[in-house]
Amino acid sequence: MTVSQVSFGSHEPVLDVKNLSVKYIGDTRSTTAVDRVSFSIGTGEVFGLAGESGCGKSTIANSIMRLLKDPAKIAGGSISFGGKDVLAMSPDELRRFRWQDVAMVFQSAMNSLNPVLTIGEQIVDIFTTHAGHSRKESLRRAGELLELVRIDPARLKSYPHQLSGGMRQRAVIAMAVALKPSLLILDEPTTALDVVVQQEIMAQIKELQRELGFSVLFITHDMSLMVELSHRMAVMYGGRIVETAKAQDVYANPRHPYTQALMGAFPPLTGPRIPLTGLPDGVKFRNIPDLSQAAPGHFVAPVSADASAADDTAIMEGAAR
Amino acid sequence: MSHAVLSSRRPSADTEATALEVRGLGKSFPIGGLFSRESVRALHGVDLTIGRGEIVALVGESGSGKSTLARCVARLERPSSGAILIDGVDVLKRDRFQASRAFRSQLQMVFQDPFGSLNPAHRVEHFLRRSLAIHRKGGSSETETQQRLEELMTTVGLQADMLNSYPHELSGGQRQRVAIARALAVEPQVILADEPTSMLDVSVRIGVLNLMRKLRDEQGTSMLYITHDLASARYLADRTAVMFAGELVEEGESLDLLANPAHPYTQLLVSAVPDPARAGSYDPVRRAELRQAVMASTTCAFDGDPNQACSAEEPVRHGVGDPENLHWVRCHLYRPQAGAGGHALATEPTDNKASA
Repeated sequence: MTVSQVSFGSHEPVLDVKNLSVKYIGDTRSTTAVDRVSFSIGTGEVFGLAGESGCGKSTIANSIMRLLKDPAKIAGGSISFGGKDVLAMSPDELRRFRWQDVAMVFQSAMNSLNPVLTIGEQIVDIFTTHAGHSRKESLRRAGELLELVRIDPARLKSYPHQLSGGMRQRAVIAMAVALKPSLLILDEPTTALDVVVQQEIMAQIKELQRELGFSVLFITHDMSLMVELSHRMAVMYGGRIVETAKAQDVYANPRHPYTQALMGAFPPLTGPRIPLTGLPDGVKFRNIPDLSQAAPGHFVAPVSADASAADDTAIMEGAAR
Repeated sequence: MSHAVLSSRRPSADTEATALEVRGLGKSFPIGGLFSRESVRALHGVDLTIGRGEIVALVGESGSGKSTLARCVARLERPSSGAILIDGVDVLKRDRFQASRAFRSQLQMVFQDPFGSLNPAHRVEHFLRRSLAIHRKGGSSETETQQRLEELMTTVGLQADMLNSYPHELSGGQRQRVAIARALAVEPQVILADEPTSMLDVSVRIGVLNLMRKLRDEQGTSMLYITHDLASARYLADRTAVMFAGELVEEGESLDLLANPAHPYTQLLVSAVPDPARAGSYDPVRRAELRQAVMASTTCAFDGDPNQACSAEEPVRHGVGDPENLHWVRCHLYRPQAGAGGHALATEPTDNKASA
């Protein structure tokens, strides 16, 4: 059994990423931001990608959407979506693929709404442009869409600044699922929000996911949140995946020292106050080997004694700081 | 990993042991035009005490007034009313118009963004040396200053040779350690830390919290730790105070407060923290009830408190559980006046009724 064959939902993967490498090409040197990463997401599965800033999570999301711009270059590997090769798509195919097949909610998506158009106009745009509906029909659907995320349809006439951050983020999520995509990419969807609002948004996404049955690629650095939402997850470090398994298995039994450090970085809300260590400053892992199976469905990159070094020199280009 | 339970310092009622006391602090910001008489109330009647060598956490959502309180206490903002006492002296009366150097040597701040709080044009040594020079803590000779610089670096867990580094050569965690060393150079009684870890990578956050605890344990520095992260407040702070709409609603020993939150707002916050150990805990009906209780409670769980009668006008404090935990909650009946800041909750209930 290989990594890409393990999936939680159906065995038919919606998205299959194989040996993806992305490089940022500079004049004098280039940096490998994503290094031979493989994973797949099944139908109706929520797959989490965890890691710190700079580890390559967002680069992967942008690669899937084909949003990478110079100097970033896909240096190797393949991305296939429902059997189609994403990397070979023509501009016309891409236009259809984005939003209709795969939609993405960005980190500060709530600030990406156009401030001079009402929410309604912006949603109507999606239906008229991508689905070719009439204006009237689009407006009706826009109302339904807002109701789906529990916003009063009367808000169609509101401008973005008249809504709270949480409502704006929910409106953006509604827009993302407007065309019923089969995959939704969430790149740190709640980082800028307070906990209470965050929990509501996450509950909403779960509910939508159950109702509409799409798959989710969920990117965050918050391990607690990730374990709550995801079926399966992968932990990234310095452009490589160091561990992947069912979310509950990673939570209950993290095997890679980096995963353990990430888990140890979130103090619990219950139980005695136990000293936690996190990752000591300056500890870096280098030459991370390919994953090998440590337990059924649980893949970990083996750690050898010399693979982690406690010194201050950046050993690996693009390593997470 | 050692499984020793971290110590917690019980505050003493002895006034001698008070490092910082805030009494009835209020702050209003004028809104509207030059001739407008309207104002928004960001803080109202905040009473908070930090004992010597005690870490107190202030938690709340964005807009609840946490940072306004920190800015007022640090004298970056002039409070509209109230008193700030250090060593029993009201510093607002002592230095009327701006913070004096004496005040700055008693209280130092560590800011959220270590990328912004260190001048990129200077080496680490410059920041520390300047703190020492301004507050005359560098000793009488260059040798002593040099020794003190190295000591400071060791205290915050950095190599002494990093004194020659520029901020851009350091990681976020290391920069925040430099910012902490700069505050320590002054040998303050109190350090105000406003979200010191929220800009840092997750795996180094715990290291900075551990450093703060170590400073308290070894040097007896008192701290006010301002955060929106309840779990880290529980991890670091001896006592935790919860702020909502510019007023404190609950306060107590951290573990007890988070295990037995008495105010519906605290309950709301606690229930919203993602915790894999109790996954699937989200209950929209319960959520709606709590919102209702926060915004417009008609009953108080502490009705019949023999020590404090309930009141809708006065922010009465009811004691919760064992008096040793110094755990109190504001009477549920009390409602902040209109115009109070921090409407994190008030903005959404209409749209959330449907989920109930």
